[in-house]
Amino acid sequence: MPETSAAPRRPFDWFALLAVAVTAAAYVRAIWFTPPEMLQGYAQKILYVHAPSAWVAFLAFGLTALAGAFWLFLRDPRLDRFAESSAEVGVVFTTAVLVSGPLWAKPIWGTWWTWDARLTLTLFLWFVYLGYLVLRGVIPERDARARLSAVLGILGALLVPFIHLSVYLFRTMHPMPVVANPDGFQMPPVMVKTFFFAFFAFTLLYAALVRARYAFATDRDALEATLDATPDGGR
Amino acid sequence: MRAPGLLAASWAIARKDLAIEFRTRSAFLSSVVFSLLAIVIFYFAWDPTAVGPLALAPGVLWVTFTFSGLLAMHRSFGVEAADGAIDALLVAPVARESIFLGKALANVVFVAGVQAVSLPAIAIFYNVPLAGAWLPLLGILLLATVGLVAVGTLFASITANTRMAELLLPVLAIPFFVPVVMPAAQATADVLSGRPIAESFAWLRILLAFDLVFVYACTVAYPFTIED
Repeated sequence: MPETSAAPRRPFDWFALLAVAVTAAAYVRAIWFTPPEMLQGYAQKILYVHAPSAWVAFLAFGLTALAGAFWLFLRDPRLDRFAESSAEVGVVFTTAVLVSGPLWAKPIWGTWWTWDARLTLTLFLWFVYLGYLVLRGVIPERDARARLSAVLGILGALLVPFIHLSVYLFRTMHPMPVVANPDGFQMPPVMVKTFFFAFFAFTLLYAALVRARYAFATDRDALEATLDATPDGGR
Repeated sequence: MRAPGLLAASWAIARKDLAIEFRTRSAFLSSVVFSLLAIVIFYFAWDPTAVGPLALAPGVLWVTFTFSGLLAMHRSFGVEAADGAIDALLVAPVARESIFLGKALANVVFVAGVQAVSLPAIAIFYNVPLAGAWLPLLGILLLATVGLVAVGTLFASITANTRMAELLLPVLAIPFFVPVVMPAAQATADVLSGRPIAESFAWLRILLAFDLVFVYACTVAYPFTIED
């Protein structure tokens, strides 16, 4: 009977708890302590989920592409694990953007969906990174998986300006950013504070999720390495 | 013997692929028949009394080119899988970039051949007057085909490493085709409706920029997809 040792238990993930607590606090502030917008009413509160999710989605995919580019030169498995984790978390946040957007658009624009530049760009980024995850899933060898997905991640980043530009020429009706507006802040300060609080909370949440997903990838790779080293494949 | 330069090697590889294609003609014929079928089927997918054929033609044309092009690009690394032919190609004393450029060049010729049949077909079936528009149309076709083929050939190389290449290639490639197909279809629509080509320059600029960026990026990226 082979000797089995219990996997070492990870210490409790305090960072994840903190991220969830801060996100919860941002929601509480957005729902109860921020007044509804004058024209859009309660629908406007979706902004506090929608915009931070979009920021995190783009951050996640940017970092995935960057980690892939660095992997091609450094060949460090940690970079690949990070790219994998960031892409997966990015898809989750992109899904949040694509769900929260139509929920807001229906009462405000009167339609669930419109082929506006930013909507289309987000949708196609979602497709690109779903493809990225599918590609990772069908390549069993770790090095080939890292290499090919790095190439796809980098090309995906190159694609962003082209989709944006072409759909922008097609037509656009997305509200222009109301916070970083050259004419000065148009949102009242209490909303701006909630807005930035939500950005901070979601960024923290992204870091916590990637951290947890990264830990999983490390464990999985270690397990695979152990199984490969065992003569009968661990069975 | 001196190793051939980048362009000479690319040309040799393109000629090899085209010779294989010319002697068997199987992929070309199926692509042509496929695009003719697509053109015919699309006609019945709309109510012709509500949407005129002239309004449909550009979209049909570009959807057809995209999918028949994918067939060609999938095949371009498929032929190398038999008898480990890709390994022989990889030990050849040529830069790996030239393998990509050669494959892409052969694919451009292949797709252009399909276009040479389906374009007259759509002119006949959809009653599209091509006579005054063929020169600008040729420019749009060339610009868009180069972009489609560059990205498609690279993704064909990526997916050739996997078990489900024929399914994965369109899933990965089609999002990248958006900034090609959209400007190409819009510019085609402008040209077919008799507007001067100058009105489509914004679209042509996107196509040209896409070609420059992605031909370069895919050529540089290709060696990373075939390391062993």
